[in-house]
Amino acid sequence: MEKTHHSSSEGNAWTRLTSANWFVYILVAPLFLVLFAYVVYPFYQTFKESFSGDDALSNYKNFFNIASPANIEALWTSIYISAISVICCAIVGVTMAFLLERYNFPGRRILSVLVLVPMALPPLVGVLSFTFLYGDSGIFPRAFQHLFGLEQVPFSLKGIWGVIVVHTFTMYTYFYLTASAAIKGLDPALEEAATSLGAGRIRVWTKVILPMLTPSIVASSLLVFMISMASYTAPLMFGVERTMTMQIYLSRTNGNLDMAATQSMILSFVSITFLIVMRWYQNRRNYQNLSKGISVHRSEVSSRSMKIMATIASFIGTLILILPILVLILISFSVDGAWKTQILPTDYTLDHYQALFTDERTWRPIWNSIQMGIVATFGNILFGVAAAYAMVRLNFKGKTLLDILIMVPWALPGTVVAVNLIAAFSTENIFAFNQVLVGTFWILPLAYFIRHLPLVFRSTSASLVQLDQSIEEASRSLGATWWYSFRRIVLPLTFTGILAGTLLALVQSFGEFVASILIYSTSTIPLSVAIFQKLYSFKFGTACAYGVLQICLILIVLIISEKLSKGSAGSAI
Amino acid sequence: MKSVKIENVSKKFGHIHGVKDLDLHIKSGEFFTFLGPSGCGKTTTLRMIAGFYYPTDGKILFDDFDVTRLQPNKRNIGMVFQNYALFPHMTVDENIAFGLQVRKFSKAEIKQKVDRIRGLVHLSQYGNRKINELSGGQQQRVALARALVIEPDILLLDEPLSNLDAKLREETRVEIKRIQSELGVTTIYVTHDQMEAMSMSDRIMVMENGNVRQIGTPQEIYNRPSNRFVADFIGETNLIEATIDAINGNDIQVKTASGLILTGRKQQSSPTLTHMIGDKVFISIRPESIHEGTGENTLTGKITFVEFTGISVNYIVECLDFSLKVMIINMNGQFKKIGEEITLTIAQDSLYFLGE
Repeated sequence: MEKTHHSSSEGNAWTRLTSANWFVYILVAPLFLVLFAYVVYPFYQTFKESFSGDDALSNYKNFFNIASPANIEALWTSIYISAISVICCAIVGVTMAFLLERYNFPGRRILSVLVLVPMALPPLVGVLSFTFLYGDSGIFPRAFQHLFGLEQVPFSLKGIWGVIVVHTFTMYTYFYLTASAAIKGLDPALEEAATSLGAGRIRVWTKVILPMLTPSIVASSLLVFMISMASYTAPLMFGVERTMTMQIYLSRTNGNLDMAATQSMILSFVSITFLIVMRWYQNRRNYQNLSKGISVHRSEVSSRSMKIMATIASFIGTLILILPILVLILISFSVDGAWKTQILPTDYTLDHYQALFTDERTWRPIWNSIQMGIVATFGNILFGVAAAYAMVRLNFKGKTLLDILIMVPWALPGTVVAVNLIAAFSTENIFAFNQVLVGTFWILPLAYFIRHLPLVFRSTSASLVQLDQSIEEASRSLGATWWYSFRRIVLPLTFTGILAGTLLALVQSFGEFVASILIYSTSTIPLSVAIFQKLYSFKFGTACAYGVLQICLILIVLIISEKLSKGSAGSAI
Repeated sequence: MKSVKIENVSKKFGHIHGVKDLDLHIKSGEFFTFLGPSGCGKTTTLRMIAGFYYPTDGKILFDDFDVTRLQPNKRNIGMVFQNYALFPHMTVDENIAFGLQVRKFSKAEIKQKVDRIRGLVHLSQYGNRKINELSGGQQQRVALARALVIEPDILLLDEPLSNLDAKLREETRVEIKRIQSELGVTTIYVTHDQMEAMSMSDRIMVMENGNVRQIGTPQEIYNRPSNRFVADFIGETNLIEATIDAINGNDIQVKTASGLILTGRKQQSSPTLTHMIGDKVFISIRPESIHEGTGENTLTGKITFVEFTGISVNYIVECLDFSLKVMIINMNGQFKKIGEEITLTIAQDSLYFLGE
C-alpha cells in the first residue's frame, strides 16, 4: 500500500502527461516524422523539380508535346502493355484456378504445387531465364532452327510481346490466388440451385459463377495493371525503350533530371490513382457466402480421350512452369563464354558456385545485399510493428492518413522511389543528418526500407487484430507496465505475423533491382545489379549461380512462412 | 481490503454520456454488483475503477487515496474479464504466476502462492495444462485464480459467467461467492443477469442509460423498488396505471381507468411518492403474489395464455383494461385452459405503489 502511495506521488508529472488526451500524438509523432522525411518530402522534392523548367509548366508541356512524341508514346505503350497483361493474366490465372479447384485429372497434384513457382522468381531472374529459353539465341528457338535446318531462328521472344509474355508468366498468380480463393468459397449448392431451376450450363456460368467471381477479378486486374505500369525489368531486358519506367531511367542517365521528375510525377499519378481505386473497391465489395461448411467436389475427368489430353496438357504446363528454374540451374553450371551457337551449353563446371563463397569479388555483392537487406529490414520491423500497434490499438486523428502514407510507397514504381530519393538526398539535409546520402552505402537500405514499408506493417497488424485487447488489459490489471505487457504478451503472440512480414521484406530487399539500378554506388553493388552486370559481360554462369542462390533463399522463406502462418503469409504481398 | 469512493463521476464518449454524475461508496469487503441492461454504463464504470478509462469529470478514491488518473498497473486490482483474457501462449501456472512475477516475488514464494490458489479454485492437477486444453469452466477458474493470487485490494469481475452454460453458471456462482467470502476481498461484480446479482450481492446498483436507478440490498431492490424501471427490470411484475381515489389512515384506495377499485397499504410505496388524492400512480404486483379464489381485492378475467413450467402454471389473464401475469404454484396438477374465466385475489400487502 505504501509503495503505491510513494510511486504515484513521485510520478505525478509523468502520470499527468501520460493521461492527457494529446499524449497519444506524442507517441505517433515519430511514425509521421519518418513517413514525412522519407516518403512525403522526397516526393515533394520530385514534384518541385518537375516544375523547375523555364516556366513552371514547361516540363509538362514538353511531355505532352505532339512534335516530339516519345513521352506520349511511352505513356501509351505502358498503358497498352499493362492492359494486355491484365487480359492475359486473367485468362491464364482464372482458367488455372478453375481447372485445379473444380476438376480432377492426371497431374493435378503436381500442377497445383508448381502453379505458384513464378512467385519464387525475383523479377530480374525471371526475365533472365525467359531470354535463355525463348529469346533470340534461346534454347527453344535454336532447337527448332537445328531441327528443321533453318537459316534463322523460326521464332523468338522479343519486344512488346516478350514483355507481355513475361508479365503473364510472373503475374497470373495474382489472379490465380484470388480466383481460387473465390472458387473455394463458391457454394456448389448455388450452381445446383440454378440447374434445378432449369438453367443450362452457359446460363449458370454467365449468371451465377462469373458474377460471383467479379470482385476478385476486378481487384486482381487493378493490382496487375498497377504492377505492369511499374514494370521495369522486362522492358529493359527486351529492349522496349518506350515505356514510362524506361523513359525515366533514360532521362536520368542522360542527366535530364527535370524530365525524369516530370515523368515520375505522371507515372506516380497513374499508380496512386489505381491504388485509391483499388482500396475503395476492396472496401465496398462483399459477396459473402451465406452457407457454412462448403464441400467442393471436383468433377472427375472420365473419358479416355479427355484423360490423355489432360495428361499431355498438364505435362506441358508443368514443363513451362519448371523450365525457367531448370534452365537457370543448368546454365549456372556452364563454363562462361563456351556457349555460343549450340542449343545447350557444352562444357560444365562447379567453379561458379565455388566462386560465390570463395572469390572475394564474386562474394562481395552477396555480402553487400545481405548487409543492406538486414539494415533495411531492421528498420521495417521497428517501423512496421510500431505503426501496426498504433493503427490497431491507439485512437487518434489521422489514422487514414497514416494508412495511406504507408501504402503509397508500395504503389509507387521502384523507379519513382529512386528518383524521389535522388531528388531529396543528393544534397545535405536534416533528415539525412546533414549528409549527402546519394552515393553512400545508406541510400540503398533507405530505398529498400521505403519500398517494403507495408510488408511488416500488414502482417503484424493482421495478427494484432486477432489478438483480443482484453488480453493486454488483463496483463495491465495484474500490475504489468505497458512495456512489460508488450514484451511478454503482445510480442510472443504476434511473433509469427511479424516474422512472416520480416522474412518477406528481407527476401525482397535481397532481390531488389528496379530502384537499385538507379541509385547504387559502385562501392556497394547489390546482388541484383551484379547479376545484370555479369549478364552484360557474358558471364552467364555466374549470373545464373547468383540467381539460383536467390531462388533458394526465397523458397526457404516461403516454406518457413507457410509453416508459420498456414498459408496466410502470402496475403502480405 | 479497500473501500471504493466514486465522487460525481461522469464519462463522455464524444458527446454521448456513458456514465452521468455517479456517486457511490462501496464498503471494504463488500460484494457489490452493477446491474443493468447492456449499454447502461456498468462496464464503463468498472473500467474507470480498473483504470482503462479515465473519467471526464469527478474523482475515484481507493480508501482515501485518489486514483482517478492512476495507470491500471499501479492500482493493485484483480480483474476477471468476460472472455477470461487468459494468455494463450502460457500454461495455467504461468498465467497465474504472471502477476507475481511482475511484483518480483522469489521463485519459491511464487510456487507456494500458485499452488495454494490453484487448490482454492480446485485446479490442483492442471498446473501444466495449456489454456486451450481446458474447458470453459476451468478457464474461468484460472482467470479467477490469476486475479486473486496477487492479493488485490479490489476484485473486479466483468460478466464472468456469461460464457458458461446454465448448469456451470450456477456452480461457478456458488464457487465465486465462497471464495470471495473466504478471502473477504472487496468485490465489484458486473452483470445483466438479475438472478446472479440477487443471489451473490451484499448490495446492488441498478443502472440505466448511464444513470443510477437504485442502490440497495437485494431485498430492498426486489421488494421496495424506487421506480418503474427497477420494478420492471428486477423480477417479473405487473404495472398498472391508476389514480389515488381515497386515503383512510394506512389504507390507500386507487382506481384504474375502467373504474376497478384496489386497496393497498401506505407504507408499501416508493419513498418518493407523495400521497395526494387524484395523483397518478403505478401499482406493481408480482405474478407470484396473485392467487386463485376470493378475498382481498377480488377480480375476474379471461385466460388468454397458459404455460406449464413444472413448478408453476403461468397465466396471462385479460381483465377490464389491463392484463395480468399470474403465477400459480403447481399443487395438484390441475390448471385452467385458454378462454376460461378465472377469479383472482391480491392481498393488500402485495400492492406496491410507484410514482411516474
